[in-house]
Amino acid sequence: MWSFSNIANNLHEWLSNTFNPTMTLIIEMVLAGVAVIGLFAALGLVLVIMERKVSAWMQIRLGPNRVGPKGMLQSLADTLKLLVKEGLTPNGADKFLFNLAPFIAMIVAMLLMAPIAFAKDFQLWDLNIGVLYVSAVSSLMVISILMAGWSSNNKYSLMGAMRSGAQIVSYELSAGLSVLAVVVMTGSLQVSDIIHSQADGWWIFKGHIPMVIAFVTFIIAVTAETNRAPFDLAEAESELTAGFHTEYSGMKFALFFLAEYVNVFIVCAIGATLFLGGWMPFHIGNWTAFNHVMDYIPSSIWFFGKTFFLIFVIMWFRWTFPRLRIDQLLNLEWKYLLPISMINLLIVTAMAILKWHF
Amino acid sequence: MWLVAPKTGSVASCPDKTAGENKKRIDQGTNKKGQRITMSNEELKTKITELLPAATFEEGGEWLNINIETKDWLSLAQQLRNDNSLFFDYLFCLTCIDWKTHLTMVYHLSSTQHRHNIVVKSKLDRNNPEIETVAHIWKTAEFHEREVYEMFGVNFLHHPDLRLLILPDGWEGKNPLRKDFEDPINMIKL
Amino acid sequence: MFEEVGTTIDGDMIINVGPQHPATHGVLHLVITLNGETIKKVEPHLGFIHRSIEKMCESLSYRQFIYVTSRMDYLSAHINNHACALCVEKGLQVEIPPRAQVIRVLMDELTRIASHELWWGAMAMDLGAFTPFFHAFRERESINDIMEETCGARLTMNYMVPGGVMQDLHPNFQKRTKEFLQLYKRKIHEYDELVTGNIIFQNRMKNVGYLSAEDAVSYGCSGPAARGSGVSCDIRKIYPYEIYDKLEFDEVLETAGDSFARYMIRIREMQQSIRIIEQLIDNIPEGDFQTKTKAVLKLPKGEFYTRVETARGELGVYIVSEGGTTPYRIKFRSPGFSNLSVLDHIARGSKLGDLVAMMGTLDLVIPDIDR
Repeated sequence: MWSFSNIANNLHEWLSNTFNPTMTLIIEMVLAGVAVIGLFAALGLVLVIMERKVSAWMQIRLGPNRVGPKGMLQSLADTLKLLVKEGLTPNGADKFLFNLAPFIAMIVAMLLMAPIAFAKDFQLWDLNIGVLYVSAVSSLMVISILMAGWSSNNKYSLMGAMRSGAQIVSYELSAGLSVLAVVVMTGSLQVSDIIHSQADGWWIFKGHIPMVIAFVTFIIAVTAETNRAPFDLAEAESELTAGFHTEYSGMKFALFFLAEYVNVFIVCAIGATLFLGGWMPFHIGNWTAFNHVMDYIPSSIWFFGKTFFLIFVIMWFRWTFPRLRIDQLLNLEWKYLLPISMINLLIVTAMAILKWHF
Repeated sequence: MWLVAPKTGSVASCPDKTAGENKKRIDQGTNKKGQRITMSNEELKTKITELLPAATFEEGGEWLNINIETKDWLSLAQQLRNDNSLFFDYLFCLTCIDWKTHLTMVYHLSSTQHRHNIVVKSKLDRNNPEIETVAHIWKTAEFHEREVYEMFGVNFLHHPDLRLLILPDGWEGKNPLRKDFEDPINMIKL
Repeated sequence: MFEEVGTTIDGDMIINVGPQHPATHGVLHLVITLNGETIKKVEPHLGFIHRSIEKMCESLSYRQFIYVTSRMDYLSAHINNHACALCVEKGLQVEIPPRAQVIRVLMDELTRIASHELWWGAMAMDLGAFTPFFHAFRERESINDIMEETCGARLTMNYMVPGGVMQDLHPNFQKRTKEFLQLYKRKIHEYDELVTGNIIFQNRMKNVGYLSAEDAVSYGCSGPAARGSGVSCDIRKIYPYEIYDKLEFDEVLETAGDSFARYMIRIREMQQSIRIIEQLIDNIPEGDFQTKTKAVLKLPKGEFYTRVETARGELGVYIVSEGGTTPYRIKFRSPGFSNLSVLDHIARGSKLGDLVAMMGTLDLVIPDIDR
C-alpha cells in the first residue's frame, strides 16, 4: 500500500545502494532539511488561508475570494508582497538583535518539527526523550519575543515582550504537567511509544475524566504559549498596536507571522499525538473487525485530520473570545490551571499504578 | 416578550457602598440630600438676591440670567453649589462671548436634584481678561476653562493646569474665537 | 508636547497612545504615565481634528450652519441637526407640524440604535473580540439603508431643517423600518450570547473604571456614562422636547458605576429606542412635513439654548444672536468633551488593558470632542 514510510524506505535503499554510508547520511539530512522548509512554507500558506476563511465564516462574510479559485492563492500573493517590501530597521534599535529575533523564532519552530510523527513510521527523529525535547525547545520561543521587544526601542514592543515573558513562562508549567499525565500513563517519553500505547484506544478515551481534564488544560496552556487570542496579550492590537512586532515590516514580520502559525500547527500536532493517538486510527479495544476497517484510512490522513481539527478549535477561540487582562491571565494560570493540573497528575499517577484505565 | 432581560445584574458587582446609595437615591427619586424642590425663576431671583445683593437680573429668556461682577464669582459659585435649596451641582456649559468691547463669561448651571437652571454672566476686560477658576467646584470646568483660555485668552486664576488643550504648541496668545482674529494663511472667508 | 517622551524621575514610563492608535477610534492623543502596567496618569491632548466649527458657523446663515454640525458627532448626525433646528425654531418661535415631529423622533431613535450598534462592535473589538463588529454592522447596515432612501445619505444626513424636515419620508420607510425591527428582534439574543454573557468579557468589565454619581455630575458627564452611575440625566425625560413627553419609554439606569453598567445601559437603551419606534411607526400623522419659513432666516436679538439627548449624552446648542442672518456666537456643548475629562479620574490605578475598555464604555467620538 502507498504510504509515506514506503517512500522513505525505498529512497533510503536506493541511496544506500548508490552512495557510501556517509554520503547517504548527508544527502538524507539535506533532503530532510528541504522537506521541513517546504512543509514550513506550505503550512504557512495553508494556515493563513484557513484562518481567514474560518474567521470569515464566523463573521458572516466571504473572506478572500479574488486571487485564484475561491481566493485560495491569496496567501501566496500576500507572501509575494511581503517579500518585496522593505524591511525597516528603526533608528536606535539594537540592529543585531533586531534582525536576529525573527530567525530565532523560525529556528525554534523548525527544531520542533523533528520528533513529530506525520504518518506511520514516518518521523524525522524518534529520540527517546521526544516529549521532553518538545517542551524544552518550545520554551526557547520566548527568547525571540523578548529579543524582538527589547531591541525594537519601542515601548509598545517592550511591554508586549514583558507580557509575553510572564505569560509563556507561566503557561509552560501547566502545559508540561498535562503532558506528564500522558507520559505517566505510557511510561515512556518516546513519541513512537506513546502512539503505539494508543493502539487499543486514544488516551482521551482510555484515561477517563482525568485525561479529559489534562487535554483541556493542555489546549488552554498551548493557546497561551503560542500567543493566540484570548491570550494574545503580547500583541494585543487594541492596547499595544502590535506588541513585540510593532516595528517589524516586510519579510522579518512575515517570519514572525509564519512562526506563529507553525507553532500553532506543532502544538496541535503534539496534542493530537499525545491525546488523540497521532497517526493511530480510531481503534476500540479488541473490536478487531472495526479496527481493521479503520486501518484502511491512511495514517497521514488521521494525523493531519486530528491536527487540523485542533487548529480549527484554536482558531474558533480566537474569533469568539475577548482578550484577558494581564493579571487575570496570570491568575488563571497560577490560581486555577496549575493546582488543577497538579492534582490531576496525582490522580493520573494513581490510575496508572492501579491500572484503572482501559 | 422579546426584550432580553440580562441575567447578570450589574448591581451585584458594586465595588463599594456608594453604589448602594446610588440605588437608594434612584428608588426615592431624590438626591440623598433631600426632596426635590424646583424653584421658579422668581424664587431663584429672590434667593440669589439674598446671597449677592449686587447681582442684576435679566429675564425673558427660558432661564434666569444673572449678571455679576468678576470679583464676586468665586464666592457666589461656592454658594450656588453648596446651598441645599439651590444645589447647582451640574455645570453643563461654560463659554465666553467676544463682544468686541468686552468679553462675557457665560456659565450654565443646573441642579440634578432640584432640576432648576440658571445662567451666570460676568463681564471681563478685553485686554486683560481674568476670572477665578471654578475647576475645584465643578471638575468639568477644568477642561472647559482650558478651552476658553486658548480660544479667548481668558486667564483663569488658580487653575490647576492652564495649558493649551486643543491648539498645538506655539498658539499661546493667539485666540481664534475672538472676533478680530485673522489668520492670513488658513482663514477661509465666505 | 512631544518632549514628554521617556521616563519620569520616579522611573515611570510615559507612553503615547495615539494620535494613530487602534484603540482611540480616531485621532485622540493620550499621554499615559505607567508604572509597569498600572496607570498613574492619563492626559488627553486634543485638536488633531479640530475644525473650529464654532468659528465657521459665525459666517454661515441659519440654514447653512446645520450641515456643518453633522460632522461633529458623525454617529448621531440626525440628533445634532435636530438640536440646531430646535434652537433656530426656538428663536423664530415657529411650531412645526406633527408629522415632522414624529419623523424627527423616528430618525433620532434610529440614529441612536445605529450609533449604539457601532459602539457595541467597536467596544468588543477594543477588548480583542473581532466577530461582534461584523454582527453589529449587519443590523447597522439596514438602518443606513433606511436613511439612504429617505435622506439620501448614510452617515451625514442633513435631513432636519428649521421648520421641519427636508423632504417627506420615502414610501418604503415604514416597510423597511418594520423589517429592521423584525431583524433586530431575531438577532438580539446573539448579542447576549456572544458578548454580554461571556465570562471573560464580564471579568474585564466588572469593577473596572468605577465612577461615583457625585463625580459623574461634577465632571459634567451625561448620557450613558452618567446613567451607569445612577444619575438620572436623560434630557428626553427631564426636559422633553418634540413629542417625547407623550411617548412611553423608560430612562435606563444602572447603579454600579463600572464599565459593565455603562455597557448595559447602552444595550438596554437600544431596546427602549425600539420601543419608541414601535409606538410611532404605525402612527405617523398625515400632513405637512415642514412649516413655511422665510427664505432668509433672521433670529431676533437674544440668546437661545437647546439641550437634546444624543447617543453619547447631552448636546447643548447655544446661539447668541444680534438680529442678523448669521449667529454672532455659537457654542456646542458636546457630550464627548465632558465625558473625556473623566477618563483620567476613572483610569488611575487600573491596568493598561482596562483603559481601552474604559475608553470604549465612554464611547468617545473624536470629532465630537474636538469640534
